[in-house]
Amino acid sequence: MAVQTKIPYEKEYVEAFSTKKNEPEWMKQFRLQALELTETLEMPKPDKTNITKWNFSTFNHEANGEFIDSLEDLPEDIKVFVEKEKESNIVILKNQSTAYQRLSQDLIDKGVILTDMFSALEKYPDLVQRYYMKDAVSFDEHRLTALHAALMNGGVFVYVPKNVVIEEPLQAIFWQEDPSLGLFNHVIVVAEENSSLTYVENYISHNKDDQTVANVVAEVIAYNNASISYGSVDNFSQGTTVYMNRRGVAYRDAKIDWALGQMNDGNTVSENITHLVGDHSSSYAKAVSVGRGDQTQNFTAKIVNYGKQSNGLILQHGVMKDSASAIFNGIGKIEHGGTKANAEQESRVLMLSKHARGDANPILLIDEDDVTAGHAASVGRVDPIQLYYLMSRGISKQEAERLIIHGFLAPVVNEIPIKAVREQLTDVIERKVY
Amino acid sequence: MAGSTLEIKDLHVEIEGQEILKGVNLTIKGGEFHAVMGPNGTGKSTLASAIMGHPKYEVTSGSILLDGEDVLEMEVDERAKAGLFLAMQYPSEISGVTTSDFLRSSINSRREEGDEIPLMKFIKEMDQAMDYLEMDKNMAQRYLNEGFSGGEKKRNEILQLMLLKPAIGILDEIDSGLDIDALKVVSKGINKLRNESFGCLIITHYQRLLDYITPDYVHVMMQGRVVKSGGPELAQRLEAEGYDWIKKELGIEEETVGNNA
Ligand SMILES: Nc1ncnc2c1ncn2[C@@H]1O[C@H](COP(=O)(O)OP(=O)(O)O)[C@@H](O)[C@H]1O
Ligand SMILES: [Mg+2]
Repeated sequence: MAVQTKIPYEKEYVEAFSTKKNEPEWMKQFRLQALELTETLEMPKPDKTNITKWNFSTFNHEANGEFIDSLEDLPEDIKVFVEKEKESNIVILKNQSTAYQRLSQDLIDKGVILTDMFSALEKYPDLVQRYYMKDAVSFDEHRLTALHAALMNGGVFVYVPKNVVIEEPLQAIFWQEDPSLGLFNHVIVVAEENSSLTYVENYISHNKDDQTVANVVAEVIAYNNASISYGSVDNFSQGTTVYMNRRGVAYRDAKIDWALGQMNDGNTVSENITHLVGDHSSSYAKAVSVGRGDQTQNFTAKIVNYGKQSNGLILQHGVMKDSASAIFNGIGKIEHGGTKANAEQESRVLMLSKHARGDANPILLIDEDDVTAGHAASVGRVDPIQLYYLMSRGISKQEAERLIIHGFLAPVVNEIPIKAVREQLTDVIERKVY
Repeated sequence: MAGSTLEIKDLHVEIEGQEILKGVNLTIKGGEFHAVMGPNGTGKSTLASAIMGHPKYEVTSGSILLDGEDVLEMEVDERAKAGLFLAMQYPSEISGVTTSDFLRSSINSRREEGDEIPLMKFIKEMDQAMDYLEMDKNMAQRYLNEGFSGGEKKRNEILQLMLLKPAIGILDEIDSGLDIDALKVVSKGINKLRNESFGCLIITHYQRLLDYITPDYVHVMMQGRVVKSGGPELAQRLEAEGYDWIKKELGIEEETVGNNA
């Protein structure tokens, strides 16, 4: 079967879409510029995974969700992601339209922004323009970034001003309720100097047989001495082909930590790259995933150290079952001038079935002498000696395996700061593994 | 119930095709403390591991019965639920699983579904046992044995022993790597369990531990067999004179397994 890679949307459509959304002129022009490139740019070529036959072109672009008045009106399977006890600072997009949003008055007064992308474009066009596909991800990297730029149909914009430290997490839920809707979601998170924030997002869909696409770009910027903790639970269902591009830029003394729960059931390319631009900047990129069925996935975790004494740590843990396959690329790169930088990575894959495939692909690229770096990688089965130890206390084999697998995925689960989301991630893992 | 009986009869065990145990006979009853002594490499851990069902050890002949039930037919978890407990010489480290969650799962594995130990009761019991063993309470929230010092691992094994209250406890080199204070604490924990319904097999190659836990019977292992048995006075003689006299008495040149061909 020849897969059509030409996108089914033309210039007129994109112009009309932009007009309908009341976008600033620069955004409309930017979309059209990107649209032109979608014809000529190549598809990305993730290391060791062939995506040429994947569906990136069959989807519906426009859908409408309706606003809800109260979180109480959410369906049960979405409501579970929201904390019950306290009022959340949250944006919920249903089919890329804002279903609900709330930000505390205190944070509004401090100048914090947490809103959906179209509202941000209307209310803060200059601020959005300053960051939109500028310093982190570029629209012309390959065909999928260009497609994303041309067809972006939702997202959130998070902005925390100088010196504002936010303790409670900011949350976003992207709910693809319409099974054919393509999600071209764009997330921007900006932390100004000396500020601090935690952001947690969920992607949820339930389409099994309907084919669609998620093409997501997240751009995360931490200025001097700012700190960002970024957590996510990706839970797209089988019919959704996913391209996920999360990228961070950390300036002097800044910190960007990632905790990514990559639980999609469909074919997925997910890359998470952090540029440690400033001296003494740091990133701890943690990601876990569970592959099942016959899905194929390609994960890249990459940290580039430019700054002196910058510190990049990567942890990737994957569990593979059925006949799922996945590549885990871990790339630590230290640029010339990054003296005393540190690049460490650990990739571990746990195989639960004979037919599953999992490869850890650790790479260190170092252009500076005075640095430290290291990597550890392993692919294996559940350790029979660990099983023996647990079983020798009376724990059944199945329960012992369960404990070991949850423990293996704990580095990310434990980092998710919202209890409701953490519990959902644990549930998803439980469902996927058993 | 007055306690259980563990009978080991003519036990032969191989590891990776090499015979290590060459006919071990031993019976442990509730209320009895047995010490198995012997230099390194004589098969003591092999005996303990074969009883518990370690996947690498293959029993080629002989039998192990617990109250007449065939232990060798049981899975590892069934052996534990039947009443066996092994404090391991080298406990596994399990990342991401807290010591407390592991203990709770272990306790609940012996209880019916729907009759799990109430959380508060569990915490109380765990805290009490930890106090008794002078353990840092933070350990309960640390990942199981991960980054634990040698001494912490040993205390953790005894903590499990105290909470699980098995019929027969096997302690493999529970004293190794412990300083004298830790040794006293660990011994205190073990002695607390001493009663009619608890039988214990203490494996050590030092007499030291037996200063704090007096055994009823002492057995010496060499070349994969029990070569001598006696009362507590045997341990004292070993302490004073070492193992050479036994070797001389029995005409053994090399006591370890595999070098006696
Ligand atoms: N994994 C193994 N593979 C092969 N031989 C082993 C292995 N483990 C132990 N042995 C051998 O079995 C013998 C007894 O070991 P062990 O039971 O651990 O002795 P002890 O506990 O008395 O020090 C030793 O000679 C040792 O070399
Ligand atoms: Mg030993």
